[in-house]
Amino acid sequence: MSYSDTIRDVIEGSDVAIFMKGTPQFVMCGNSDRALQALRRAGAPVTAVDVLPDPQIRQELTAISGWPTIPQVFVKGELVGGADIVEELEQSGELARTLRERLGDEFASAREERAVSLG
Amino acid sequence: MSTDPLRTLLERAFPDATELDVVDRTGGGDHFQVVVTAPSLDGLTLVEQHRRVYDALSEPLGDGTIHELRIKTRGAT
Repeated sequence: MSYSDTIRDVIEGSDVAIFMKGTPQFVMCGNSDRALQALRRAGAPVTAVDVLPDPQIRQELTAISGWPTIPQVFVKGELVGGADIVEELEQSGELARTLRERLGDEFASAREERAVSLG
Repeated sequence: MSTDPLRTLLERAFPDATELDVVDRTGGGDHFQVVVTAPSLDGLTLVEQHRRVYDALSEPLGDGTIHELRIKTRGAT
């Protein structure tokens, strides 16, 4: 069983995608929490994927993104970074700017959190 | 793992670094924070800058020596 197609669908098809340890309701890792909180502060409409149910999810994700660590945040299909970068961009205001540029001015009104289950 | 081998790897990857710091965040030898400021990072996006750090530390990241890594990078300007 391969997850790669679903992973690509989520990356390409979501305004903002976060691959994390745990779910938005039950975060299992400090770094995933840091990234998620930064996205929430910026008002991002988040689609979250838990990588923990199967180690293969993370392996296939990293093969696709070339990014070795979790969490990974994508905006409109493009890797924005991990927890450190997302936090840094949120603090400087650049995250909100990027979201406005790529999702339009009304991005915050579509604010939602969606969890996608793999595995 | 102590911070020394990581520092050596980073010094090799960023010979022009004006600031290079490795901190063992928990004292357990597996949660690290690295800070790199280097002119060779100028003009790169944060994703590209962090990729350079991941590349430099690919071995300890790959074999699980580094359990968690926090990265702070800057160009020289």
